[in-house]
Amino acid sequence: MPFYVSPEQAMKDKADYARKAITRIRSGVVMTCDAGILFVAPNPSRALRKFSEIYDRIAFAAVGRYNEFENLRKAGVRYADMTGFQYDRQDVTARGLANWYAQLLGTIFTESPKPYEVEIVVAEVGKIQDDDQIYRITFDGSVADEHGFVVMGGQADQVAAVLKEKYSDGMTLSQAFTTAIQALAGPVKGEGAAGGGDRNDITAAQLEVALLDRGRSHRTFRRLTGARLETLLAEAIPGQKTQAIAEGTGAADQGADGSAGEAGQGSGGNGQKGKAQGGSGGKTDPPGDATD
Amino acid sequence: MTYQTRTNGRIRVGPDSYGRQLPGPFLAPGTSSFTDFLTAAAPELLPRLHQAATGVMPAGGAASGSLAADLPHGTTIVAAACNGGVVMAGDRRATAGNMIMQRDIDKVFRSDEFSAIGIAGVAGIGIELVRLFQVELEHYEKLEGHALSLDGKANRLASLVRGNIGGAMQGLVVVPLFAGFDEDTGAGRIFSYDVAGGRYEEHRFHGIGSGSVFARGALKKLYRDGMPAEETVYALMQALYDAADDDSATGGPDLTRRIYPVIATVTADGYEQLSDDAAGEYARIVVEGRMEAPDGPPVQLSLPSGSPGALPR
Repeated sequence: MPFYVSPEQAMKDKADYARKAITRIRSGVVMTCDAGILFVAPNPSRALRKFSEIYDRIAFAAVGRYNEFENLRKAGVRYADMTGFQYDRQDVTARGLANWYAQLLGTIFTESPKPYEVEIVVAEVGKIQDDDQIYRITFDGSVADEHGFVVMGGQADQVAAVLKEKYSDGMTLSQAFTTAIQALAGPVKGEGAAGGGDRNDITAAQLEVALLDRGRSHRTFRRLTGARLETLLAEAIPGQKTQAIAEGTGAADQGADGSAGEAGQGSGGNGQKGKAQGGSGGKTDPPGDATD
Repeated sequence: MTYQTRTNGRIRVGPDSYGRQLPGPFLAPGTSSFTDFLTAAAPELLPRLHQAATGVMPAGGAASGSLAADLPHGTTIVAAACNGGVVMAGDRRATAGNMIMQRDIDKVFRSDEFSAIGIAGVAGIGIELVRLFQVELEHYEKLEGHALSLDGKANRLASLVRGNIGGAMQGLVVVPLFAGFDEDTGAGRIFSYDVAGGRYEEHRFHGIGSGSVFARGALKKLYRDGMPAEETVYALMQALYDAADDDSATGGPDLTRRIYPVIATVTADGYEQLSDDAAGEYARIVVEGRMEAPDGPPVQLSLPSGSPGALPR
């Protein structure tokens, strides 16, 4: 290691290093819709998650090096639980957490020889869509307050361009999911390599999908898997009949707490039902929620 | 966060070259226990109950019950296994000595999706214990991606209770009753504790607190194996009435103020607390029954055939 490196050079090297690593990562999308905040990313792993619960109404999304963002996720859960225990559950906010992450990542960036190769998003679902908060924090600790949607990862610009065109406020869950899949699949069908090629090829097993459900009280984070996801996917990609839909069976979506979800049980027989679910999720009036 | 310069051979290198210690406990691999984390990161936030107690009480003050006696105490909690789960109920009274401190205290809580916890003893410490336990379970679940097993939860609670042993020695006694739905076996299970953190699995039904002697006596006669949840709720309501009947520290259903026992069921569908209306309905039935039979429903008792005949005269 040389004895002297100018600060400008050191920072630039670190930033280049992190930026280059992140460019290689497949994108993930976080967007608000009437049902809540939707998270979609290609992820073939069932165990190594990109999205997870932080607190009642707050979730964490990340792309990059797994061990690093997993570390950040755990730190976030610890921060949130400590704050909630010290004060009250409603005092844990996405803004506070985003600031905390920014400081943490900023410190790591300036003071450790290798910056974290991650890009993270902290999202908090509000009672109405206007109250949703999405923050993006990059490897150097800079925070951006995003509205509507945010794209993480390598092809963020291309994916965001599609989303910018198609996104509108008040989309149902189904519409939002369709838009996200289209955006991840790339601007031109079959051509964009952003989300992994032709979107007709996307199956539920390749996707990680989660929702901060506006309609739930207490812990709102839930993963969309099994029949619920198949139904959404069938709507997003017409003509694709997956096995679970054909059989009319499938595991109900699981909440983060491992409890069987109340929605999506018994699977969607056709696209119609999924639509109804997406729609009903929107007519929300959070039942007596203590938080927020 | 303190900067540390480390020496490496002859050259002093600053923290920048080697990476400063990051906010340790937050990024440390550590365990998935919230209490462990808090111990490392912010021990002052932990309810260090025995130490707090030492400050206000004479050391080793076993006889210093005066302060403890002035604090609100929670009383009777009962729980019983039912078909497909478990039911827990608690009265609403908090007393300090002979005074009623609160008529509508809540002593039965949701600890997580599949378990409930009730507390008896010094209310302030009990409620703090419950808060810590709730965070503990949720914290583990979020970090690990799956919930603790029911035995794991029960053991964790035991160590939290043991943490208060110093306070308990000085009169700040609190013991929980823990009940949950075991997802592996599909049955409800009940655990009781002593102040030293002893964990005892109870079968069929159990009660804690000052009125529990009477409640358990009543449940002995009322409880049947495999009772449906509704009947179990009814039996627990009867038991709490009996506890209130004989124990001045236990509050009965207060029909005039519409304050009824808190009743929670834990089944495969998760934790659910009966609404005030639903609990009130059970309370009304019990109180109306007692208008006719003040000591509660009699148990069918008949001599087996072939037993001794008439009493000698």
